Amino acid sequence: MSLKEKLVSSFMAFEDHVDVDTKIHDIRTEAIKLFEDKGFPTKKDEAWKYTSLNSILKHDYSVFPKQENAIEYSDIKQYFIHDIDTYKIVFIDGKYSSHLSQTTHEGLDVCLMSAALTKPKYQLVIENYFNKVAEKDGLSSLNTAFSQEGAFIHVPKNKVVNKPIQIVHFSTGNESALMLQPRNLIVVDENSHVQIIERHQSLTDNPVLTNSVTEIFANKRAIVDYYKIQNDNLNASLIDNTFVEQKQESFASVHTFSFGGKLTRNNLNYYQNGERIDSTLKGVTIIGEKQHVDHNTLVHHIEPNCESHQDYKGIFDDNATGVFNGKVVVEKEAQKTNAFQSNNNILVSDKATINTKPQLEIFADDVKCSHGCTIGQLDESALFYLKSRGIPEKEARGLLMFAFSNNVLSSVKIPELKQRITKLIALKLGVNIGFDL
Amino acid sequence: MSKYTEDDLREELKTKEYEYGFYTDIESDTFPVGLNEDIVRAISVKKEEPEWMTEWRLDAFKTWKEMVEPEWANVHYEKPDFQAISYYSAPNNKPKYDSLDEVDPELLDTFNKLGISLDEQKKLAGVAMDVVVDSVSVATTFKKTLAEKGIIFCSISEAIREYPDLVKKYIGTVVPKKDNFYAALNSAVFSDGSFCYIPKGVKCPMELSTYFRINQAGTGQFERTLVVADQGSYVSYLEGCTAPSRDENQLHAAVVELIALDDAEIKYSTVQNWFPGNAEGKGGVYNFVTKRGLCEKNAKISWTQVETGSAVTWKYPSCVLKGDNSVGEFYSIAVTNNFQQADTGTKMIHLGKNTKSTIISKGISAGKSQNSYRGLVQIAGRAENARNFSQCDSLLMGNECGAHTFPYIEAKNKSAQIEHEATTSKIGEDQIFYCNQRGIDTEKAIALIVNGFSKEVLNKLPMEFAVEAQKLLEISLEGSVG
Repeated sequence: MSLKEKLVSSFMAFEDHVDVDTKIHDIRTEAIKLFEDKGFPTKKDEAWKYTSLNSILKHDYSVFPKQENAIEYSDIKQYFIHDIDTYKIVFIDGKYSSHLSQTTHEGLDVCLMSAALTKPKYQLVIENYFNKVAEKDGLSSLNTAFSQEGAFIHVPKNKVVNKPIQIVHFSTGNESALMLQPRNLIVVDENSHVQIIERHQSLTDNPVLTNSVTEIFANKRAIVDYYKIQNDNLNASLIDNTFVEQKQESFASVHTFSFGGKLTRNNLNYYQNGERIDSTLKGVTIIGEKQHVDHNTLVHHIEPNCESHQDYKGIFDDNATGVFNGKVVVEKEAQKTNAFQSNNNILVSDKATINTKPQLEIFADDVKCSHGCTIGQLDESALFYLKSRGIPEKEARGLLMFAFSNNVLSSVKIPELKQRITKLIALKLGVNIGFDL
Repeated sequence: MSKYTEDDLREELKTKEYEYGFYTDIESDTFPVGLNEDIVRAISVKKEEPEWMTEWRLDAFKTWKEMVEPEWANVHYEKPDFQAISYYSAPNNKPKYDSLDEVDPELLDTFNKLGISLDEQKKLAGVAMDVVVDSVSVATTFKKTLAEKGIIFCSISEAIREYPDLVKKYIGTVVPKKDNFYAALNSAVFSDGSFCYIPKGVKCPMELSTYFRINQAGTGQFERTLVVADQGSYVSYLEGCTAPSRDENQLHAAVVELIALDDAEIKYSTVQNWFPGNAEGKGGVYNFVTKRGLCEKNAKISWTQVETGSAVTWKYPSCVLKGDNSVGEFYSIAVTNNFQQADTGTKMIHLGKNTKSTIISKGISAGKSQNSYRGLVQIAGRAENARNFSQCDSLLMGNECGAHTFPYIEAKNKSAQIEHEATTSKIGEDQIFYCNQRGIDTEKAIALIVNGFSKEVLNKLPMEFAVEAQKLLEISLEGSVG
């Protein structure tokens, strides 16, 4: 039985333990039909030309985790930004772990999707926002059909959230192969400000496939900073679908740090529904071995006077493959748009591959849009300069690569997170770059 | 004095009819419409082709029957009905002429209207012309001069008869019969085209050029061009076209193959001005062309194109950089207006070591047109030190048109150095203001800016051609700019 068939048939089992009389259930039923129709994307789809899911779809994934698993905090402390106080929403094998989490309902809601979907108090927010911006493609529909658990964050008007929120998913390997489908909804009302850090982490060598959907709504003048850390082991794959809808004068940034995982696909889509919006999409990818990271971005400029900034850096070693597929669409009405896109890559080994496809689709005339893309090596003269000053080759290379990715790092607004990522980069490059970490 | 504003310009352009839309009444020898094996055979017989060529065509036809029309391009059009096209049409007055006086005066008149009269061309800087009217070459000039150098420049059907070994050796090596839907169709039914062979070490003393025209109603034109530059030789080849105004869509599916052997250099320039359809988007030529060049060691191929016509253009002149140290270049200006759609670009396939490629593409869209750049830069695993620089700039005029960029970059070698840059903008008010301030009126200022925008490509055209290219740019752009 193929994974698709298995998923479709397990939807009936899923229906047994959710309330089938709600509106949400109509959405789920419609979504499973869409998935049945479209299935998993193949290389024949233009957006998946360079990424094949075959290798990760062959496992016999269990779709429903059986029980709540407990992990000791000390074992997983390293995966948190633990040196600052944060709200935490932690999931173990797809189940909420209350003893590791720290949620709140005071002044804002940082809680669970399952609660938001069932409790009447959240009904209005769910009706207004749930599944409103997510694309109706196969993978997102699959997630919608099984949407039950995940993070729900609702920041009311005029509120600056005092500490960052961490969303962390662990998989323990109690199942031989596990498929997770977390669903997050983040609604930030007018003039509010929130910072969120998301991470997926597998704790064993058993294969894990995560098909995650996150919907983010930034209302008028809201500021949303979202950070994704992807540093998983070689058996964990992640398909991350993030959809951001912005209203006028809002600012939303998504930083994606991809340092590992068997296959990572980031679908990041921005829709600008208002004027004077600023969207930022940045990413650093440093991978090796047989890893595969694919960034697929879309910025849809719908109204005038908006900006978007995309900056993706990639360093690829061993047999790694990198894909960047960025698309900027500027509608006819979206005059005075400024859209920038840049994608820089370094191939370290002879067997690494990079495929990049930065696209512009422009229907308005009074715009400034540009994209740049480079594939190259480290500057030999810069390397020589460092070596001539007594810095060994390996460290010199590390320093230069760190500098290469620093552009993206510099816009991270949480100092502790920045430090953590700096450390990760140093670790990834295999050098002590001598900064005070 | 009333001011000539951008709006006036735009208005003028919208209403401007295709100036070169006329139809020369030459009695033609036309085949019945439709396509089947018999038609393919008949074309072959008509061209007095040897057996192997007939087989080659039939093989291509068999493949074509099993292929489906591609749909990936960013263009929308009504698909041509391949059974409603006549696949062969030749002007009736067949005898070859030794001098211009003998050429059908009506035909000469056609060329005069286009401003490319043969005598003028003859006088101008030694351009030899292989004039193609509806698929059959009717006049060839300067053949003698070329013959002295050992250069073969003739129609492809003549080449098949006279130089079968050369043709057999190279035809279909760069664009295989089965390459794509339109290449297969062309391989089966091509009626004529040009063949050019430059022997070892010879530098062709003049620019070779052909003019293509679609003349007979309902005639698809299937050109086949084969240019072979032997070791250490050099040739510059010009191709240009205009077509009469028609209401039904005409299909143009040409194949151009360039082969540059070791140390050779080929420069291929095109000025394309097929009928783009009128202001309502009615009529116009479909231009689905396969152009590809193969570079051996130290060879260089350079494509330069100015695209102003066609209702639908679909064209990717490509370079396969097979030999070490080979160089590929692509310079393009694509102008679209009214309802024109263009999906054009290039492919640079780096296979050899130290290969270099440069892509400069300038897209200008006005009216309700859609202009896309689609390009591929591919670095194979053993292509050490490959280098690519791409620049795609788009200029938008008016808010009903679109400019799109679809670059594909695939690198499999760590020593590759690839840069890609694209910008989209309109003519800035500040730029216009700057010119106005210095006493240059708006219309001139716009012309100046557009000229500057496309300069990098215009500069690459041979002198004789640059004049005509600018003329065509004027026709398609004057008025639309701004």
